[in-house]
Amino acid sequence: MISLTVNGQARQVDAEPEKPLLWVLREDLNVVGPKFGCGVAACGACTVHVDGAAVRSCSLPLSEAAGKSVVTIEGLGQGGQLHAVQRAWIENQVPQCGYCQPGFIMAAAALLAANAKPSDSDIDAVLSNICRCGTYSAIRRAVHRAAAILGGVP
Amino acid sequence: MKFPRRTAIIGGFLGAGLLGVGFWFARERDRLGHRRLLHLKPDEIGLNGWVKIARDSSVTVAVPRAEMGQGIQTALAMLVAEEMDARWDQVRVEEPPEHVVYRNVDILIDGLPFSPEEVGTVVEVAQWMAGKIGGVLGVNATGGSTSTRDAWLPMRTAGAVARDLLLRAASRKASIPVSDLTVVDGEVRKLDGAKVATFGELVDQVESLPVLPPPPLKKPSAFKLIGKPLPRLDVPAKVAGKATFGIDVRLPGMLYAAVRNAPTFGGEALEFTLKQGKLPKGIEKVLVVPGGIAAIGTSWWKANRFLDEGIEVTWQAGPDPKLDSATLWKRYEGLLVDGKPALTRTLGSETRPAQVQILTATYRAPYLAHATMEPMNCTARVGPDGVEVWMPNQSPTLMRLIAARIADVPQDSVAVHTTFLGGGFGRRAEVDLVRQAVTCALALRGTPVQVLWSREEDIRHDFYRPMALARWRADIDSAGGAPKLAGVSKRQVGQSPTDQFPARVLGLPAQGQPEGNAVENPPYAFPFYRLEAIVADGSVPVGFWRSVGHSHTAFFDESFVDEVAAALKKDPFEFRRELLANKPRHLKVLETAAKEAGWGAPLPAGSGRGIALRASFGSIVAQVAEVAVPDGKTLQVKRVTCAIDCGPVVNPAIVRAQMESGIVYGLSAALYGEITLADGAVEQGNFTDYDAVRLADAPAMSVHLVDSGASFVGGVGEPGTPPIAPAVANAIFAATGKRLRDLPLRLV
Repeated sequence: MISLTVNGQARQVDAEPEKPLLWVLREDLNVVGPKFGCGVAACGACTVHVDGAAVRSCSLPLSEAAGKSVVTIEGLGQGGQLHAVQRAWIENQVPQCGYCQPGFIMAAAALLAANAKPSDSDIDAVLSNICRCGTYSAIRRAVHRAAAILGGVP
Repeated sequence: MKFPRRTAIIGGFLGAGLLGVGFWFARERDRLGHRRLLHLKPDEIGLNGWVKIARDSSVTVAVPRAEMGQGIQTALAMLVAEEMDARWDQVRVEEPPEHVVYRNVDILIDGLPFSPEEVGTVVEVAQWMAGKIGGVLGVNATGGSTSTRDAWLPMRTAGAVARDLLLRAASRKASIPVSDLTVVDGEVRKLDGAKVATFGELVDQVESLPVLPPPPLKKPSAFKLIGKPLPRLDVPAKVAGKATFGIDVRLPGMLYAAVRNAPTFGGEALEFTLKQGKLPKGIEKVLVVPGGIAAIGTSWWKANRFLDEGIEVTWQAGPDPKLDSATLWKRYEGLLVDGKPALTRTLGSETRPAQVQILTATYRAPYLAHATMEPMNCTARVGPDGVEVWMPNQSPTLMRLIAARIADVPQDSVAVHTTFLGGGFGRRAEVDLVRQAVTCALALRGTPVQVLWSREEDIRHDFYRPMALARWRADIDSAGGAPKLAGVSKRQVGQSPTDQFPARVLGLPAQGQPEGNAVENPPYAFPFYRLEAIVADGSVPVGFWRSVGHSHTAFFDESFVDEVAAALKKDPFEFRRELLANKPRHLKVLETAAKEAGWGAPLPAGSGRGIALRASFGSIVAQVAEVAVPDGKTLQVKRVTCAIDCGPVVNPAIVRAQMESGIVYGLSAALYGEITLADGAVEQGNFTDYDAVRLADAPAMSVHLVDSGASFVGGVGEPGTPPIAPAVANAIFAATGKRLRDLPLRLV
């Protein structure tokens, strides 16, 4: 049994230590917000927070998440409220097919936690996820808007 | 009867659908359906086959089309809400059951690459096919950028009929003549604005009222919702991580299956041996499935790993186990020289100038994979009463047909549930996944099985955009004075997805006809134009890749128009303008893109602008790309200006998003997209070697909607894609003087 915290809840998992966190979440814990896109950390659809840092969970063995706090798209908002990034995503109508968006949102939330006012090039450097629908310009606008919301702009 | 050669087409399969459905639905009201067609909860009442209301005044609209990011749930719901005068925040959507009224008529009409004068032939084919395939009359399918056009009248009619029912119900309830009532913001009011009843308060009264013939639809000037950038209905769930894609389906007792497809196209798994002699814990079954082998277990991750490590498979090779890209190109080059055209078309009259300068150019486009973000998957359960399928798919009708064939049950005992699609782009009209999933489910009756492919399987076992080769020729009259264009001709070689699709899905005979989008005539008034389209047969599976033949053909055509302009020493924008003098809609779109892009304004050295225009799927799109090649080697696409005339605009925010989407999808292909073959198999396997545009290389984009007053409802899902590759290639030429004729565009 391996213990970890997922979206604030203590969980025990009976799975192989080398099983990627993504599949532990999706298969063992029924947390399906993080998506499978490539399996090789190339696309970012599986991005979650592990102890606050954005991590591509398809390539993180469960053993390395042991004892840590994992937050997924389902647990990003607090107290029944959406996170500022999610609000900005709705305001800017970012998603199209939407499959990659949980990964983008988690990556953007981690970026803003580390860098309250990122420039376009900061955003480009950190958000290296793939969106095949091409929502990039809306994503860029939404990240700036989320930064403003977090900075107190209503 | 002898199968007439010209009949071919999109497979008579679609021809049959055209006959079967097109003739049935002569009038919009024939597609209304009936009031018990939708599943009704106790507090709901159906108003027709497309809309129901509930006591909480919510309005639920049936959306039979696949939501794959193109915003179709929102756009189609807007059509009903508009004529019903519903409030946007009361509107919900729901997937209706399989029924003939939900089938897509326009996709069939659009899929027939006939010119209007060939109508007689269409009917002939359609009749032949209708007799041949009987039950398949029309399809519920999402593709060809047809959904809004197909729904434009039927769904508005459904809304108008619903409004009329509600008005009469309110009249009865409040004893006020219908002529004194109206609907505003989702409730019935008196003409002076006083509230009479909410929709929810009319549930009881409306039940016993008959549906009357549809009242007249609104004039566009009366639209309150259509034309507004209303928020999308699917966005909140997608942002919260609560949208259910195919891969997210979870059913009691469900098992997961991983698949290895035969390495070479058309191959099969013959037999397998377990390396350990028995199945490890967590793997319940290994079986041969159509096209490959599947391992089923309690974890997909484990099943997928087991296929790599735990078994030896004996494969039967496909028909071309040694195929490689170089050989194929050689074959195509031979066809380009002496292949017999399946289609020859000429426009204008050929002249032979006394002194002629001949300009030729040969262009290439590689195979492309779709690479939807959500890898291929399908979940199926075979129970005593039939088959249930949960699947992100673009045609529930086809999925049902194939599931019924595999399970050997009647089609009406198959239910297909369409989830959100994590991208479609044409890939999810294919039936390979439903074949494998139902095969797995048959082996474990009663247990739902979710088949999921790894990204590698997805890239290596796609139905690719065809590799294609074209040679353009221009004859330039150079006998004194300024050189003048005398005529152009093109020979184009490629496989035909519309020929292959009905053959592989339904077993219909392939007819060797070119795919229609690839042979559409350029809009330009060339003095003379000749097209010779040569169909290459081949074992590589080809399919419908966003914008289909338009994508590579626009690159060939719009690159060459630029080359001709250069040969005539004309500005590429001005040259196109001259040739579009009699096409006011095209001209306006072209001029809008040029103006908004600042065409002609100076740029720094090493930068350039390129323009391209393509009409596709009923819409006209022009794009100007601005590129920088600072060191002669590194290409940056700085900005793209896009203009579109798609006829009536339902939701301008969605149209803009679809243009940006089409641009980025096409740019990924133009800059990186290339599937190559070696030893009969695809060499690429993941985003590491089949990359896509990411945020850092995404250009700034602006989209301009051109209103020409046209009433034909053009599509928006695909038309944004074709112009981007030639616009970028033309911009590279402007920036560097280097003409790139091969996709993807590589400077070194």
